[in-house]
Amino acid sequence: MTLTRLRLFFREPGAVFWTFGFPLLLTVALGAAFRNRPPEPVAVGVESAQLFETLQRDEGLRVQLFLEDADARRALRTAKVGLVVLPGPPITYLFDPTRPESRLARALADAALHPRGPPATVDLPVTAPGSRYVDFLIPGLIGMNIMSSGMWGIGYVVVEMRTRKLLKRLVATPMSRAQFLTSFVMMRALFLFLELPVLLGFGWLTFRVGVAGSLPLLLGVAVLGALAFSGLGLLVASRAQNTQTVTGLINLVMLPMFVGSGVFFSTARFPEAAQPFLRLLPLTALNDAMRAIMIDGAGPSGVLGPVALLAGIAAISFALALRFFRWR
Amino acid sequence: MAPAAALRCEKLVKQYGPLAAVDGLDLEVRTGECFGLLGPNGAGKTTTVEIFEGLNDPSSGLVEVLGLRWSSDAHALRQRLGISLQETHLPDRLTVEETLRLFRSFYVQGRPVEEVLALVELLDKRATWTEKLSGGQKQRLAVACALVSDPEVLFLDEPTTGLDPQSRRQLWDVVLGFKARGRTVLLTTHYMDEAERLCDRVAVVDKGKVIALGTPQELIEGLGGHEIVELATQQPLEAAELADLPGVRGARRSADGVALTVDQLHVALPAVLARVGQRGLTRLSTHRATLEDVFVQLTGRKLRE
Repeated sequence: MTLTRLRLFFREPGAVFWTFGFPLLLTVALGAAFRNRPPEPVAVGVESAQLFETLQRDEGLRVQLFLEDADARRALRTAKVGLVVLPGPPITYLFDPTRPESRLARALADAALHPRGPPATVDLPVTAPGSRYVDFLIPGLIGMNIMSSGMWGIGYVVVEMRTRKLLKRLVATPMSRAQFLTSFVMMRALFLFLELPVLLGFGWLTFRVGVAGSLPLLLGVAVLGALAFSGLGLLVASRAQNTQTVTGLINLVMLPMFVGSGVFFSTARFPEAAQPFLRLLPLTALNDAMRAIMIDGAGPSGVLGPVALLAGIAAISFALALRFFRWR
Repeated sequence: MAPAAALRCEKLVKQYGPLAAVDGLDLEVRTGECFGLLGPNGAGKTTTVEIFEGLNDPSSGLVEVLGLRWSSDAHALRQRLGISLQETHLPDRLTVEETLRLFRSFYVQGRPVEEVLALVELLDKRATWTEKLSGGQKQRLAVACALVSDPEVLFLDEPTTGLDPQSRRQLWDVVLGFKARGRTVLLTTHYMDEAERLCDRVAVVDKGKVIALGTPQELIEGLGGHEIVELATQQPLEAAELADLPGVRGARRSADGVALTVDQLHVALPAVLARVGQRGLTRLSTHRATLEDVFVQLTGRKLRE
């Protein structure tokens, strides 16, 4: 009996992947993001060259010099640095007391600046809307939701239609194939008009997470994201013959983005070498664009790059899906 | 002049790897007839039908539908054909009427949805989700989806497999009504009574080839007798021992005894009984010859083995 169970298990490639492959991949990915370098340097941003010199001598700190106050604050907000040190007098610490690494950074920097003397500093906890982790998280979650619903809502449904031979029945009619595929994409885009207000409304009501930029622009970017992921959903579904295969493919596509596209933590945590690759992921582009609009109030020109990438992915994946789609 | 062929194929071959599902099949279905493809599972019936439907590509051979080719006239052909697949899973949570309207929307011309619903007797189920329908109702809806385009050729792949007798008869009436409008039907089945009831002509298919072709009546007469006598005995009995009896036209081994094709039952039966009397008769039955017997005669196997 146990042998039979083992056999059935190993003959199900999907299950094997989830048991062995997935934890390994996750370990590798998270390991790369949160490398354990003893002692873990804490990222600190400073706004004066003199402080930069002093702090850099401390091995426990990774110091970054910002020339513009706005840049430094953005870095703090997007969790790229845990602390911003403003030159005095008195020296001022900008940090988020809700983040442990932020408090640690404050303590370490304080010790480095005042090895002996009593600290003559001012603490400025940053918890105003727009600077908290939840402000970072909500756009990421919306992006993730757009990705998941696009991939599952289309990829899985299409393959199920294929296995149930409904696709075959439809192809036997004069139905337009491009229209059939477009209908899925249209539905995803329309659904966003319901989905997005709910998610944004919830974020506002519970956490006061607002939208600094324009709402129509945000909606536009979200729709474009939905189109890109609909295209990818169709693409993964274009050849798969059964739902197990498509489940595996969807996971394969989504997994790197769950981890690497800055849903829960900034992509800046990944090694420098991985950055160009991460920037090409559609979810990274979507998250970056939505954060730029929601947190920094970016206008259309501020999100041009990610928008172009999303539009390109949408167009290419849809064209490829139409080209390779298995109708029978 | 013979009526034009609605469907025609010559030397049709469909190769799946080393296996030929269809192996040099010739067929001609005339306009206005109901043509049946009979044969056991795996004989190549469905593959042949799907090639005619444009859902499968032949490995080689010529295929003409309404005088057109799939390679050049696919869109025009799809407008003119009605198809019911072997298993059609329609969207679970559309109502009967919504499903039918969806299919109607694909065609330039067609019949009113109301009329087709009435035809398949689903008017009272029009607002029901398709997943709530019984097997027979689902199958009638599938046929309705094929009829709503008012097709010139209707393809039915095992339309009544697994249905109860009443549902089968309802479907037969729908098919006969369609044929009465002068339209063509190609149907596959492994029910002999269905073929005898609906089909003007049938082709018996086995291993990808047509092994017999004709009206059901012609095929049965080809056996040489109208009655089949099957018997089994305690002691061994050879078919040849009974072949020369008066009234017996053919004899062959069956699963547990001997089957005789008989043209005059009243003459043959006493003679058979006299000859096997001492062997200890354990079973004796007679029935009118059917297409099933034709198939067994041709292949030595039963249809639904």
